[in-house]
Amino acid sequence: MANRTIIPFGPQHPVLPEPIHIDLVIEDEQVVEAIPSFGFIHRGLEKLAEKRDFTEFTFIAERICGICSYIHGMGYCQAIEAVMGLQIPERATYLRTMWSELSRIHSHMMWMGLLADAFGFENLFMACWRLREGVLDVIEETSGGRVIFGAAKVGGVRRDVSDEVLSRIPAQLKIVEDQLRDITNVFRDDYSTRQRLCGVGTLSEQDAYDLGAVGPVLRGSGAKLDTRMEGYAAYDKLDVEPIVETAGDCWARTMVRIREVYQSFDLLRQVIPMIPAGPVDMKVTGAPKGEYAARLEQPRGEVIYYVKGNGGKQLDRFRVRTPTFANIPPLLKMLQGCQLADVPVIVLTIDPCISCAER
Amino acid sequence: MKKSPFKMTKVALENLFRRPATVPYPLERKPMYPATRGHIAIDKDKCILCLICDKRCPTGAIKVDRIGKTWAIDRLSCIQCNYCVEVCPKKCLWMENLYATPTQEKLAFVVPIPYTPPTPKPKAAATPPPQRRQPPHQARRPDNAKGSAIRNRD
Repeated sequence: MANRTIIPFGPQHPVLPEPIHIDLVIEDEQVVEAIPSFGFIHRGLEKLAEKRDFTEFTFIAERICGICSYIHGMGYCQAIEAVMGLQIPERATYLRTMWSELSRIHSHMMWMGLLADAFGFENLFMACWRLREGVLDVIEETSGGRVIFGAAKVGGVRRDVSDEVLSRIPAQLKIVEDQLRDITNVFRDDYSTRQRLCGVGTLSEQDAYDLGAVGPVLRGSGAKLDTRMEGYAAYDKLDVEPIVETAGDCWARTMVRIREVYQSFDLLRQVIPMIPAGPVDMKVTGAPKGEYAARLEQPRGEVIYYVKGNGGKQLDRFRVRTPTFANIPPLLKMLQGCQLADVPVIVLTIDPCISCAER
Repeated sequence: MKKSPFKMTKVALENLFRRPATVPYPLERKPMYPATRGHIAIDKDKCILCLICDKRCPTGAIKVDRIGKTWAIDRLSCIQCNYCVEVCPKKCLWMENLYATPTQEKLAFVVPIPYTPPTPKPKAAATPPPQRRQPPHQARRPDNAKGSAIRNRD
């Protein structure tokens, strides 16, 4: 038997923009065990909810993550609205759906670039990020921010989008979509891309389910689960079908995300003509009393928002279970048996957002 | 489709012969969208120093001084959430679509406000100052109901 050595991976590592530390126990070049450690960027956001007015906490909820910011804010608002029994205006639910899908596109395109960067394909990385700017422009034109939308609000959305702007969006996105085809073909068919992704970090469907994987990690292993099918916001009026790949390796997870981008373009084409006229928010009086757990599908997977109010302006308890947090146990399983050189790519394919996970 | 080592070639060649995707910044500037949240601006003539923006600002970036009669904002702390604009009762705040200019000081943007806040009413036990102007509704008080007195205050 070869000697066992421990190689520290992170907290500072070129593929990780955020700090997570994993001790890799290796034999020769093969990883036999991975031991994570957390807590480098704990921010105490859940405790902060007990000190802030529940409406103002929306701003903090939006800033839990810099990339899936809108769905964080929206999830928090959805949980509060359920506790208070608010029925928000219909136009607001459609706008929320539109922004969720825009946020999914920009998150996945950013991730595709980061993955290309992780296996050393700089040209592809820059091509992905260049195209992502087109989506960010649409986001800025509708919400006013590039990545922090600032559009979530308890009781609706914070700003309305004029019909003239809405009518322009499909044409703007079509340009991005057409150019994206060339890039995603590279991910799908390029020789070096397939060499780095196919058969690496395989996770079986049973393991993915048992270890509580969420989002593209779960669907890349063959499980047909997508929280959007629950029909929150306006998803019940749209045709949402989970994107599933069965191979369970890094390539399958990449393909799930790539196909989800095209699905989001399709959903946006469906939702934008359906947006009804009317008010976008409602007056919120009183304070939340009771508890509720809201589930939403983020770009990275399912997120759970739990709020408990006691009838006062501050919440009793606020908890958020982010997708990265749920995807850490499957990641450790994937790392077992892989080559040391493949570790960065495997870590990247769960789309890690460590600040989200530590809150 | 078959896997090929030349899949990136088309994208790379296009990239090589295309104009840059970025704008040459100081010479040319990308136009801002009307909706862009750039920085908060104030109409100092309308402000009544009510302190609501100061209290509601989630990051505490806005500082209003009733005695010194100034409205100040720390541009580095402001998160452009637009909340102050929504809560301002006089609608004297709005969001400009240009980003704030760089600064080295924290409270660099201080606006003197011309509005004079009314002197607070003295408590019942204290003797009122002799030259104090009678508010109009108090003069009409005996003829009117309490509700209409409140309506006439402004």
